[in-house]
Amino acid sequence: MTAMADTEGTVSDKAVIHPVWVRITHWVNAIAMIVMILSGWQTDNASPLFNFVFPASITIGGWLAGALLWHFAAMWVLAVNGLVYLVFGLASGRFANKFFPIRPREVLADTRAALSGKLSHDDLSVYNAVQKLLYVGVILAGILVVLSGLAIWKPIQLQELTALMGGYEAARYVHFVAMACIVGFLVVHVVLALIVPKSLRAMLRGR
Amino acid sequence: MARIRKPIPGVDPTLLIKDAGKLLPDPTRRLFLRGGASLGALTFLTGCDIVDGFSAEKALRKMSEFNDGAQALLFNPNKLAPTYPASAITRPFPFNAYYGLEDAPEVDGKDYALEVGGLVENKKKWTLDELYALPEVSQITRHICVEGWSAIGSWQGVSLADFLKRVGADTRAKYVWFQCAEGYSNTIDMPTALHPQTQMTLKFDNQILPRAYGYPMKIRMPTKLGFKNPKYVVAMHVTNTDLGGYWENQGYNWFSGL
Repeated sequence: MTAMADTEGTVSDKAVIHPVWVRITHWVNAIAMIVMILSGWQTDNASPLFNFVFPASITIGGWLAGALLWHFAAMWVLAVNGLVYLVFGLASGRFANKFFPIRPREVLADTRAALSGKLSHDDLSVYNAVQKLLYVGVILAGILVVLSGLAIWKPIQLQELTALMGGYEAARYVHFVAMACIVGFLVVHVVLALIVPKSLRAMLRGR
Repeated sequence: MARIRKPIPGVDPTLLIKDAGKLLPDPTRRLFLRGGASLGALTFLTGCDIVDGFSAEKALRKMSEFNDGAQALLFNPNKLAPTYPASAITRPFPFNAYYGLEDAPEVDGKDYALEVGGLVENKKKWTLDELYALPEVSQITRHICVEGWSAIGSWQGVSLADFLKRVGADTRAKYVWFQCAEGYSNTIDMPTALHPQTQMTLKFDNQILPRAYGYPMKIRMPTKLGFKNPKYVVAMHVTNTDLGGYWENQGYNWFSGL
């Protein structure tokens, strides 16, 4: 019992794990990203890139015009919030402290530990190597999804960016693949948050 | 893709839809309820705690208007759409409309007379022969549909900027409105009308424009999505009033610039 109380502690005597700007940008991003993904699926259905369509029941917008209204409204929230997150993350040193270094050997060891259920979550303020890799990866995917989205939205005004993506048609695939990476991350992220509920609490209350 | 459909505790979805339908104006039903309510509509309507006068539709339309302004600011009147070699032309170039090809307008070229109205000095009508006699410009550019697909086409015709000068249009006016034979219409911003690649297209791949692509005349704007490029054009008006358009009025973004 004593050990239990020690690890749990009380809310007030623990240091802040996630400062308020992390928590706000995290949840704003979560909402904006989900709106972007579900409205994006509806948009893809109008001219599917691959040989399938997304079931209408898991999309937003009802039809193409509705989906695009959601997509081009939420994009501002996603982009502005994302910029705030990146600026704070870089300026505060949080990215440097929490995400780096990422050592391949540690990633392998932690992956093995995670798969055998032996990875410790005692100290939420320190990320394990798998977490570091996934968080940095999803931030990069987020940047890529925004840039490829801009390349599709403005292939003439921002034609240099579109060319960088390999042209208009290639940019659509880049956008889709970046989305798929984010969705893949989201599934793992949500499952793990449910397995380790105190991590969810930390993202809500900071501790 | 994983099914993430979850019932919302304590909410009867059918009742919710009915209530939402009552609160939101008609076009909204179209946005949210076409093909049944979506998960998104449900989540957002329940999450937003609808009060009288609030409409997600209204908020989204406001954002779309904001996006019109943002796109107008981003629009560089001198930035040209990339052009392609003839070998890149998509063959066959797709036909796309809200009706089948068999229902496409059949305009009689002999009787055709383009109506030019609004804020222009010379409101004379233009026959096809007169239009064919004007200096020709040509472009091979990418046509991008709002649905996402794209195709490269070859278009020849008259520069709209030159034509507007020729008829003494007031180019300080805000808009140019186009009316089509089947009732389709479009309003575009003046900067796009004056863009060097905006063209009154009379030919596709150096042949008289076929019916599928808008005979006798379409307006080709590589800087705008396909639906802003009207086909079967019978009238154009220079105006300070936004007269909307077929798809724009149903919720597609008005500016739709590329």
